[in-house]
Amino acid sequence: MPESIINVSYIVAAILFILGMKMLGSASTAVKGNRISSLGMLIAVIVTLSKSDLDYTWIVTGLTLGGVIGLIAAKRVQMTGMPELVALFNGFGGLASLLVGWSEYEKVRSGGWADYLESAGDAMPGQWFLALVIVLAVIIGGITFTGSIVAYLKLSGKIGGTATIFPLQKLINLLVMLGAVVVGCYFITIVDNETARFWMWWVIVLSLLIGVLGVIPIGGGDMPVVIALLNSFSGLGAAAAGFVITNTVLVVAGCLVGASGLILSIIMCKAMNRSLGNVLFGGFGVLTSSGGKEVEGEMKALSVEDAYYVLEAAQSVVFVPGYGMAVAQAQHVVKELSEILERNGAEVRHAVHPVAGRMPGHMNVLLAEADVPYEQLCEMEEVNAIMSTVDVAIVIGANDVVNPAALEDEESPIYGMPIINVHQARSVFVLKRGQGAGYSGIINTLFFRENCRMIYGDAKATVGSMVAQFEK
Amino acid sequence: MELILLLFTFVLAAFLGFELISKVPSQLHTPLMSGSNAISGITIVGALIASGQENDAISKWLGLAALVLATINVVGGYYVTDRMLSMFKTKKD
Repeated sequence: MPESIINVSYIVAAILFILGMKMLGSASTAVKGNRISSLGMLIAVIVTLSKSDLDYTWIVTGLTLGGVIGLIAAKRVQMTGMPELVALFNGFGGLASLLVGWSEYEKVRSGGWADYLESAGDAMPGQWFLALVIVLAVIIGGITFTGSIVAYLKLSGKIGGTATIFPLQKLINLLVMLGAVVVGCYFITIVDNETARFWMWWVIVLSLLIGVLGVIPIGGGDMPVVIALLNSFSGLGAAAAGFVITNTVLVVAGCLVGASGLILSIIMCKAMNRSLGNVLFGGFGVLTSSGGKEVEGEMKALSVEDAYYVLEAAQSVVFVPGYGMAVAQAQHVVKELSEILERNGAEVRHAVHPVAGRMPGHMNVLLAEADVPYEQLCEMEEVNAIMSTVDVAIVIGANDVVNPAALEDEESPIYGMPIINVHQARSVFVLKRGQGAGYSGIINTLFFRENCRMIYGDAKATVGSMVAQFEK
Repeated sequence: MELILLLFTFVLAAFLGFELISKVPSQLHTPLMSGSNAISGITIVGALIASGQENDAISKWLGLAALVLATINVVGGYYVTDRMLSMFKTKKD
């Protein structure tokens, strides 16, 4: 295929990505949007394959192997395990960008820099620029890779989910980052020298190290922000790889993802009333329970049977799910209960906090999996506006996102974070395994309120027996 | 000259990305992330070129590894997003 047709096709692919992303933003068009963006990807791959002098045996091997692995992983994953799978895929994308940058360096090294510059012509202002973008692709790709792998391990529970803090951590992190920058700059200045290869390895090692060190001090409720940010990084890595091989479609698509991921992480941070810097360098997840005032009063337990009588009379019910619902796999019984309540004449809503779960919007996916209609999924602001008219708010495995201390207690570490104001409802049922504090370790003052009742036990079993009570 | 155009494209794409995402309802954040993650697998184009061209052995092997990983990212990412999105149903269906 002539070069001009290839370039036009890349523009078409870029347009399809943009349209696809736009359509992903609304529930009615999202499925189509994703397919349109995948069509863009297919076009980009096919026209690239039509370039002359490609060795197809290698390509077919790579595509088949990757395609089969990707498909199996995507088919098998449970909806509760979605955050870790997305993290893993993201890491692979990052590593791919690193490898593309590295491969290009090896190619130019073996072919000679003089030949390379001659063939590149006007497209390259000099070897320093190629060296610079290679370093960027390697560093961003490397950070994305190990960062995502650590996030994957945390989310899937293979390593502890909380933040890991050690002495002098910030200093060490800073030194490693500085090291990567210094080594990267040195590599750029001596790139056509044989010793440059040695420094290339160091750039790779340091970037991988930054990814690990950057993500281990972040834990708990901050994971959604990290996932969004790593997503942004994987896009920037692809864009950097695009500069390496001077390819427009990589630059456009990569940058789109980079920008959208960044916006998403900022939205997440706002939902927690914190800055991005605070999330990244604050080491919030390890919080000691020292913060916050002493709480007066006691937690009052309630039996499922008594809860049933209250629910039976309720006109308006709001479910507030959190990560605990995912762990207990309770979304299907929750849907069952909400149907029964609707038939009983109550108005049912599901209120999801923007940072509930381990990934932005995670709870919505689980509820959608259980066939809860999209109209019943409400955003925080919507529900807070009507909270005082709600008869019963049922909190299922959520904790910090309903903690009134965020509104009232200035000493509380989460003070200022917008919450779902369930304490304003006439009564609140909290479904919880035991009496302990939540993921962040902060005492929830909601539990000690006059209108709050605790229903202890596994969320799935509890909701299940509520359903059974109704059916009796 | 070509490089300036590429930088220009980069900047415009950044603004476009910000604009596209800032109005998305939070219900759709997970599929959006997983969908945009699949798009970031566009690095597959670079991997195709790196693994397919007549290069030295190291460069080709690195390219092949990149190709496998990028393909996992693309195929898995799109498929899993489609699975998620097809679960979001409206009452009318």
